[in-house]
Amino acid sequence: MNLTLKIWRQKNAQDAGKIVDYSLTGVSPDMSFLEMLDVLNQQLIDKGEEPIAFDHDCREGICGTCSLYINGRAHGPDTKITACQLHMRSFKDGDTIYIEPWRAKAFPVIKDLIVDRTSFDRIQQAGGFISVNTSGNTQDANAIPIKKENADKAFDAATCIGCGACVASCKNSSAMLFVSAKVSQFALLPQGQVEATDRVLNMVKQMDEEGFGNCTNTGACEVECPKGISLENIARMNREYLKASLKA
Amino acid sequence: MSVFDAKTPDGPLAEKWTNHKNKINLVNPANKRLIDVIIVGTGLAGGSAAATLAELGYNVKAFCFQDSPRRAHSIAAQGGINAAKNYQGDGDSTYRLFYDTVKGGDYRSREENVYRLAEVSTNIIDQCVAQGVPFAREYGGLLDNRSFGGVLVSRTFYAKGQTGQQLLLGAYAAMNRQIARGKIKMYTRHEMLDVVIVDGKARGIIARNLVTGEIERHSAHAVVLGTGGYGNAFYLSTYAMGSNVTAAWKAHKRGAYFANPCYTQIHPTCIPVSGDHQSKLTLMSESLRNDGRIWVPKHKEDVQAIREGRLKPTQIPEENRDYYLERRYPAFGNLVPRDVASRAAKERCDAGYGVNQTGEAVYLDFAAAIERYGKEQAHVKGLDENNKELVQQLGKEVVSNKYGNLFQMYEKIVDQNPYETPMMIYPAVHYTMGGLWCDYNLMTTVPGLYAIGEANFSDHGANRLGASALMQGLADGYFVLPYTIGDYLADDIRTGPISTESPEFEAAEKNVRDQIDRLINSNGNKSVDHFHKRLGKIMWNKCGMSRNAEDLASAITEIRELREEFWKDVKVPGTATEYNEELAKAGRVADFLELGELFAKDALERNESCGGHFREEYQTPEGEALRDKKYQYVSAWEYVGDPSKAKHHKEQLEYHNIEVKERSYK
Repeated sequence: MNLTLKIWRQKNAQDAGKIVDYSLTGVSPDMSFLEMLDVLNQQLIDKGEEPIAFDHDCREGICGTCSLYINGRAHGPDTKITACQLHMRSFKDGDTIYIEPWRAKAFPVIKDLIVDRTSFDRIQQAGGFISVNTSGNTQDANAIPIKKENADKAFDAATCIGCGACVASCKNSSAMLFVSAKVSQFALLPQGQVEATDRVLNMVKQMDEEGFGNCTNTGACEVECPKGISLENIARMNREYLKASLKA
Repeated sequence: MSVFDAKTPDGPLAEKWTNHKNKINLVNPANKRLIDVIIVGTGLAGGSAAATLAELGYNVKAFCFQDSPRRAHSIAAQGGINAAKNYQGDGDSTYRLFYDTVKGGDYRSREENVYRLAEVSTNIIDQCVAQGVPFAREYGGLLDNRSFGGVLVSRTFYAKGQTGQQLLLGAYAAMNRQIARGKIKMYTRHEMLDVVIVDGKARGIIARNLVTGEIERHSAHAVVLGTGGYGNAFYLSTYAMGSNVTAAWKAHKRGAYFANPCYTQIHPTCIPVSGDHQSKLTLMSESLRNDGRIWVPKHKEDVQAIREGRLKPTQIPEENRDYYLERRYPAFGNLVPRDVASRAAKERCDAGYGVNQTGEAVYLDFAAAIERYGKEQAHVKGLDENNKELVQQLGKEVVSNKYGNLFQMYEKIVDQNPYETPMMIYPAVHYTMGGLWCDYNLMTTVPGLYAIGEANFSDHGANRLGASALMQGLADGYFVLPYTIGDYLADDIRTGPISTESPEFEAAEKNVRDQIDRLINSNGNKSVDHFHKRLGKIMWNKCGMSRNAEDLASAITEIRELREEFWKDVKVPGTATEYNEELAKAGRVADFLELGELFAKDALERNESCGGHFREEYQTPEGEALRDKKYQYVSAWEYVGDPSKAKHHKEQLEYHNIEVKERSYK
């Protein structure tokens, strides 16, 4: 396949940045999207130009590092996958592909397609944990039976990979899906009840401080989430938040 | 001066760890506040160690090269974590887990360490459940288990095909709690480029900020490396792109012995290579072998027809299929350990029975499982067991519940539906059992420098069993290191903060800057990947699933030549004072090019076959690995200026609590 690529280049956080055109020939449909970028980068290096910086690591859709906005969609045209799992067979010969970084105030660009997502870490630090000491001196794991249905739902919420596609897809740059996934995981488990009130209040407070927008229920986040995290989690977080606000 | 003593405690095996904990020095809570610990790597081992040490009161500085500690490659572990809970009542015990692990490692691991691992395994499950890790459960609300290769019990706890993710997020959450308390200072997008030794003790590191390019000095009273394995020396592997040996290798060059570098795990069930553009390989969890049956066609003409697209695998009748694992190993069948399954796949493919274009793939077939589960469900629901369509549908639902995400992952990569046609799989580099030598306290030969998780060598011998990597990472980080490190740090309560202005820090920083300057100014013609790929080819062809003396000797020469060429002709674009991935990669590949030589040297020295190390010259008439009692030792290599000159030390392995037998899965 032959492709025209329009890629966001930005030297550093201070630079204004712009779209630069590249043409690439001989792309195999069996390549992953990132392997296609590897080929382009190899050519740039050979020509003495600087390769395009993009975040990636596991290349199997689980680490949450890759973060490309492809043709106006987080992680590109396919659903329930990350950019590293996207394959070129999703494109046609002669296609023009736009590749941009996540766009959100709380995710400043570091270079080219790489953004700073440490705001996500800070939200987790505000309450995304259960305060048990890691001594191993806790009760036997089977002492707390948990309804399979609740355990499964908690697991589904816990599969969030923290990539930020939800924020990138949202017209308000809201992080509600991300935050609600963690709040839900613990809200569904007996272990999470003890600190439930503080958890939801603190995490939401931090989310607001980081400059993420509000949720207006458009649902774009759910559509683009590579792990299929459900909007139900946002509803659950809203209930948890209301409950906590009344208690506090 | 380095010390080479395993420091295993006296007394009966089952009491060693308890006795040891009772005797070692402790640091009182007030004094812990005066002590700093650096932890490099935030995977299961590093993350859990950071959380626990901070919770105990130490000041922890944690480093990772990723943009968040949650992205460490432990996250990609799929199938599960072992623990001797015996919840299934199928005869499991601490001893049996210990026995299986030592046998699975082909009697090349340290008995005392393995027993301790089995002993603390049950605590891990309790701990993780308390942290809110959502393990799979049965309808009664209790935890579910499944089986992994090389064992006859169900002791593996899991969270669908994302167990590593859930466990890592548990450790990450525990870290976040301590970061919020100010007890962990987290340095993301930082890469450790040297360890600093002051008066014979590890007292800090030199790190590069990957965003700004700044070189930073960080001091501490002890340094812990939880930096994972070195499988990316093979270029193609199931490791993350950034996984590297640099931290461990720099430690080696500063005096830490490197143990058993040639012990590499080649995992039998990975998606085969599709072309030259390939950047990494994807694992299909071993848990699939609970239900999937591995086969190739019995007849070459069928193989040919399949390769030419004239025949589909589903059209080959049962009698014309060779379920070679079930044929060769009736007792364990498809659940033989990884090294055995990988070699068996290679044997069939080398004999010409590979089922894809490259001839390097075998089938992993779920048709029988779908039918079995379908019939069971129909029976449970009181429906017609003879309705084929219904049985298929019900069976697929069960399989989807168990392995849905893996099937989806396969389909996205290969563009074939594994519910309808068998998966194609082939072995790929997955894990390294070798690593930094450490004693019972997990301390390397450099005082104050510790190695935990995959970065050390101690627990898996020559072959790791499935679902044991997660177990070891968390055991080391949560339950072993936090005790043993106190024994060493007890002497440091009056030391006070370590200065970063000493000549040792000065020299280490200069060393780092010199290497970066050399790379950035090399003005060569070939990219870093060019050299990495060539190294990978040498490693795979000559140090891979089967090895021989001639190939290994030539690998040593070729790697040395490639290393020389690299330093003359590598091209690193950009500058050293900005985000520059090529520069980071160049440093890592430079270290792989040194490690690769030691790897081949180690494999050449070991004139036997054991576990993942298979030497063609040493095999039984049936083609099984032929161990040699003479080599019942750990090879620990001391760096003396060049990998070729590495000095060989031996730690003899003794087994007092397990009979060393021929490892049979027949």
